[in-house]
Amino acid sequence: MAPFIRLKSISKHFADVVAVDDLSLDIEKGELFCLLGASGCGKSTLLRLLAGFESPTKGTIEIDGQDMAGVAPADRPVNFMFQNYALFPHMCVADNIGYGLRRAGMRGTELAERVDALLKLVRLHKLGGRKPHQLSGGQRQRVALARALARRPKLLLLDEPLAALDKKLREDTQFELVDIQEKLGTTFIVVTHDQEEAMTLAGRIGIMDAGQLVQVDAPRRLYERPKSSFVADFLGTISFVDAVVASRDKTSITIGGDLNICAACDDDLPVGVAVKLAIRPEKIYLSRTKSGNVNEIEVVVEDLAYLGFATNYRVKTASGQMFKLQQQQRRSLDAPLSWGETGYVHFDPQDVIVLQD
Amino acid sequence: MVVRGMGKYLVNLPAVTGRRLVIALPLIWLAVFFFLPLVETLQVSFTSPRRGIPPYEPLWGIGDDGFFTNFTTGNYALLLQYWSDYFGPAFNSIKLAFFSTLVCLLFAYPMAWWIARSNEKWRTILLVLVMLPFWTSSLLRIYALIGLLNPNGFINAAGLWLGLIDAPIQMMQTDFSIYMGMVLTYLPLMILPLYAVMVRLDADLLDAAADLGGSGIQIFRTIILPLTLPGIIAGSLLVFIPAVGEFVIPALLGGPDQLMMGKVLWTEFFRNRDWPVASAIAMLLLAILTVPIIYGRYQDGRDVVAEAPNPKRAEAG
Amino acid sequence: MGRMNGLVLSLGALGFGILYLPIIIMIIFSFNAGKLVSVWSGVSLKWYAGLLENDQLLSAFGTSLLIAVWAATIATIFGICIALAFVRFGNFRSRLALSAIASAPLVMPEIVTGLSMLLLFISMESLFGWPSGRGVDTIIIAHATFGMCFAAVVIQARLRDFDMAIEEAAADLGATQPFIFLSITLPVIAPAVVAAWLLAFTLSFDDLVIASFVSGPGSSTLPIVIFSKVRLGVTPEINALATVMIVVVAVAVIGASWAIRRRLSGRDQNQ
Repeated sequence: MAPFIRLKSISKHFADVVAVDDLSLDIEKGELFCLLGASGCGKSTLLRLLAGFESPTKGTIEIDGQDMAGVAPADRPVNFMFQNYALFPHMCVADNIGYGLRRAGMRGTELAERVDALLKLVRLHKLGGRKPHQLSGGQRQRVALARALARRPKLLLLDEPLAALDKKLREDTQFELVDIQEKLGTTFIVVTHDQEEAMTLAGRIGIMDAGQLVQVDAPRRLYERPKSSFVADFLGTISFVDAVVASRDKTSITIGGDLNICAACDDDLPVGVAVKLAIRPEKIYLSRTKSGNVNEIEVVVEDLAYLGFATNYRVKTASGQMFKLQQQQRRSLDAPLSWGETGYVHFDPQDVIVLQD
Repeated sequence: MVVRGMGKYLVNLPAVTGRRLVIALPLIWLAVFFFLPLVETLQVSFTSPRRGIPPYEPLWGIGDDGFFTNFTTGNYALLLQYWSDYFGPAFNSIKLAFFSTLVCLLFAYPMAWWIARSNEKWRTILLVLVMLPFWTSSLLRIYALIGLLNPNGFINAAGLWLGLIDAPIQMMQTDFSIYMGMVLTYLPLMILPLYAVMVRLDADLLDAAADLGGSGIQIFRTIILPLTLPGIIAGSLLVFIPAVGEFVIPALLGGPDQLMMGKVLWTEFFRNRDWPVASAIAMLLLAILTVPIIYGRYQDGRDVVAEAPNPKRAEAG
Repeated sequence: MGRMNGLVLSLGALGFGILYLPIIIMIIFSFNAGKLVSVWSGVSLKWYAGLLENDQLLSAFGTSLLIAVWAATIATIFGICIALAFVRFGNFRSRLALSAIASAPLVMPEIVTGLSMLLLFISMESLFGWPSGRGVDTIIIAHATFGMCFAAVVIQARLRDFDMAIEEAAADLGATQPFIFLSITLPVIAPAVVAAWLLAFTLSFDDLVIASFVSGPGSSTLPIVIFSKVRLGVTPEINALATVMIVVVAVAVIGASWAIRRRLSGRDQNQ
């Protein structure tokens, strides 16, 4: 069965700028998909292409099997939620939400009941008569969401929906958004630059850079098994080690140099090839004394930041290799290390990611 | 800081007197040179003409026999009496001004939209193109229009030469020439307030309306029109009110059928040397325009927030 | 925003056409050897030559210039005061009065303001002896009066967008009020002040109606002279004059906007 949304080799050129570069993507029905990337990576352009506000220079967009070429925004089974909400300032909340329904010909009690149901869905039940400028930022956001859901679109596009909210509100709204999506079963595509948001909301994330999709995966796989150092570095924190394969066996490789790190690796990498090893900070353990583990390296504490629930360390080896690690606050036999002290890090070969770029 | 202790608050004396001066200077000037003249006109409208300088009787004074007054409502009675000569032009002024405003709006609206929706570079160019005629004398522009509309003017000559017409069309001294003159003179005044409102219209609103199923006409009717209404009203008032009292356009482009109050006032003043009647006409004009003027002031205070949020910036220029 | 359909564009183009066709025809025919605008008799500069010898026009031009400069300057200074009062001084006692009196001239028909000012000058003359007769100074006063209201509108718009934080920063660094105004506020609103001056200048230079009422013997402005000539019929020298004025204004306006654009883009590069 063809996927619900299929983007085939989509490119979009603006004058001499290539905003989207030969991008292909399949999205399943009922997914909550996130497009994640830095400013200018093309994610908002891609969203606007799906909405119909722009036409692709090359490639096709299919929604539920239907080719969207030449189809106006008004005629697509798609609705758009704008980053700064774009609420109609001269209409009250109820009229804003009902706008799309009126255009579809709905009137009278049917219209009023539907608007009422939507107001209840986004918990704005008593505020139907207010004007947008009389609402708080969070309330306006919910009006924008209700308005975009009114016509029961097959696909809902959300452009940085939580960017304008403050932190606490953002956290609460994230879960609300997921709830609503699961309740309605509508396919959502959310564009964001905030990785934590993407990780919280999405079933799958597509990381974009310079108009292309770098990797598309579930959050866990993106974090634990990034396929490129760009993705590895983009999500969370990571330590990189540049090295050359010194020896290998069936399930692991060892790099040369004074670090002598062993990494689990299924790929057939010949000796002598350059690799980049990457390790997540929570996978690196720090202790005062040698413990005889694999991949144990002597380091000096360069810097530390006490966060309460954990401490972030920056440690350096004699040869200048830097590691960033996070140590959970827990009872341990050693006193925690401080600036300038010597210690030993170690990490499991299974936790070492082998990258080749 | 000089502290003037009044118990409750600290007052910066130099700043306060500075403020008072800044307010008082223009206030006094305008009171003397704008308001007082109107009072004076009201007074003169109640006196009668005479030979001499000034060519009207003083309203009141202290003479040999004590206090005297020349108060008379004769001028207004005259206006009433010669209704067709005076009130006819009054309504003609209103009618011509009203339709001129509509014609201006008809052209100004698309022009302003075009400018507002263009990119930065084109916008500046188009705005300059709009303002350029405004900076040149309106008198000269009307004069140019005469050259165009005359029976032996350019349009007729070209039409005859191209074989489009057999005989010159009478375009001067018609309602048409008045409308053209009004558009020529007042178009920039109508465009600017429209442009100001349109340029702040958040483009996302139009995308949102399209996304929600609106066709072009529906978007215009439900979104664009209501949100540009303040500009329409402001521009219309800016054109209509001066147009009612317009003199040059009917004087140069209009005929006896296009008599307007401005021309009547001028004639009474300069030709008939009847200043009191001219004053009465001026008062009549003001009376007609009081309602639109007050409505315009009322509209100034209200504001529809249709703008995309923009932070305040202080750039040098 | 590409939502321009044919109707909008054609109406827009027609509007620009109406605005410019008379001027263009007039400019072309200013080079016409013949008198009529309907017959082309070959290229000639004789009307331009005639301009230079026409003392009446030249002296009227000078008078208009003098009046416009004075009127614009007074209007701008007072306009700044009005704008400051409205944007900065909150709800002061005479706010409503000032607001009414400063916005009425914007929409009042010139014929009313002209007549009323003349009546005032006459009664002032009989009461105080000043102004003695009408002339250049009465025209300047009249033009400054309505000019300041326009100037105020232009400057107000800029003042509203003004970020007060920079004045607060100046105060924090030790500056006191008149100095803050001169060194911070004024330079920042300078473009608006210049625009206001130019607007008042133009309004004064082009004014016919009010000048007709409050002028006296020997103080004929250019519009007055042109108007009297035009009433007698089409005179080609006026074509030449108009062309000169339009070209001068066009060059000035285009030059100014080009210079502004240069300055803005230069600054962007420095950032």
